[in-house]
Amino acid sequence: MSTELALPLVSALVIGVGAGYVGSLMVLRRMALVGDALSHVALPGIAVALLAEFNPFLGAFGALAIAVVIIWALERRTALPSETIVGIIFTLSLALGLLLTPEPELLEALFGDIADVTMQGVLIAIAAVVVIGALIARQGRTLVLGIVSDDLARTSGRNVSRANLLFMLAVALVVALGIKIAGTLLTGALVIIPAAAARNISGSLTRYMALSAVFGALSGIGGVALAAVTASPPGPLIILTSGVIFGATLLFKR
Amino acid sequence: MAQQNILTVTGLGVTFDDRSVLRDISFTIEHGRSVAIVGPNGSGKTVLLRALLGLVPYTGSVSWNAGVRVGYVPQFVAVDRELPLTVAEFFGLKGVARDRTLELLERLGLGAEHREPGHARRHIIDHVMNQRIGTLSGGQLQRVLIAWTLADDPDVLLFDEPTSGIDIGGQDSVYSLLAELRRERGMTLILVSHDLDIVYAHADHVLCVSERLVCHGPPRQALDAEVLQKLYGGHVAFPQHENVHEH
Repeated sequence: MSTELALPLVSALVIGVGAGYVGSLMVLRRMALVGDALSHVALPGIAVALLAEFNPFLGAFGALAIAVVIIWALERRTALPSETIVGIIFTLSLALGLLLTPEPELLEALFGDIADVTMQGVLIAIAAVVVIGALIARQGRTLVLGIVSDDLARTSGRNVSRANLLFMLAVALVVALGIKIAGTLLTGALVIIPAAAARNISGSLTRYMALSAVFGALSGIGGVALAAVTASPPGPLIILTSGVIFGATLLFKR
Repeated sequence: MAQQNILTVTGLGVTFDDRSVLRDISFTIEHGRSVAIVGPNGSGKTVLLRALLGLVPYTGSVSWNAGVRVGYVPQFVAVDRELPLTVAEFFGLKGVARDRTLELLERLGLGAEHREPGHARRHIIDHVMNQRIGTLSGGQLQRVLIAWTLADDPDVLLFDEPTSGIDIGGQDSVYSLLAELRRERGMTLILVSHDLDIVYAHADHVLCVSERLVCHGPPRQALDAEVLQKLYGGHVAFPQHENVHEH
């Protein structure tokens, strides 16, 4: 296999695992659309990175991390629902990003392009997904308990607020990675669809989270392979592949 | 017998949106007691329990003895039916071993409703372990929650009794287990109950709440006709009202 295909394949596989894993908890927490909204927040970060000539992933993650902390802080200080706060931050960022992003790069930022991924990009993706796995391994129990009952989590001595913040940082990481392969417009699907497909056919948490990661990986590999065969952009094909998997799970729905 | 206080509450007040729910509540609870919080619907019983746990903002002071482990069984946990989390995984969230989980569920009388001779009981519990928690019946879920809370060996159990969903037999097994645990381990019990029969049978102390602390003391002394009139009014606002005087 040529390097031109190997790097995008590995990259899509790793990012798919991360997106499926984080996405499984996002869907349980009913924040499926948060990924979609957050991906737009990355745009001004990408713009700044392009203008200052550093890695766009770092720019995207920087903008997301700042936004996540602002959202987390506003949630604690105002009575506004999270979705409203996310809505405010996301539209403001999008407006800022559209103004700042140089026009030739705008298309790539909006739709992603994994074909030109470098070895450095792959290594960053692997490192980020390892961090995501570690964050969820440490905070996952508290997060799931918080989904069952916030009261039970708090009276069991769990720091729910810290777990939420760390989880949102994991979401920020995965969205920043996802933008490279699916762009700001489609990254949201990367975290929702594999998880939704896994939920269709899972009766236990272990199976659900594992299947979600597997479906994320399959979508990534499938999309990149299809793109190579058909000479089309991989981003939309990755999402469509996950859509096919979702359709298939409907046939086996418990 | 001089007992150590496990909890001291002084001048406790809770206000929601400028509406006072609880005010000026002070009491102490001795180690090993079984204390029932009673009062009419909407009198602030559950809010008092939640304030003791720090789950709602309050004024005044709530002070637990240092190092006391507090367990809480809420009145109601709304679990999505489709949540992919089995009972076994729910216990796994705090690292409770499978054997211990099975033992606790069995003690709580899970599966006792199917009294087929011999093998059936353990088999039913095994089945429940693999069920999603959202698909449990109200009674099963409550017993699972109690077992889950007891798995930490709490020194104090705060138990908010559900208003419905538990059959009488089931409720008996819950209260007899709680009584056993008090005897075995000196566990303190603080319960919110809607059923004065339960209060007379299982509490050695009551706190009557109707925004303020209306009475406290041993049930038969504290809950006199005047207090009951004050709490529940003259009409039959409380299902067990008629039985009270027969005890």
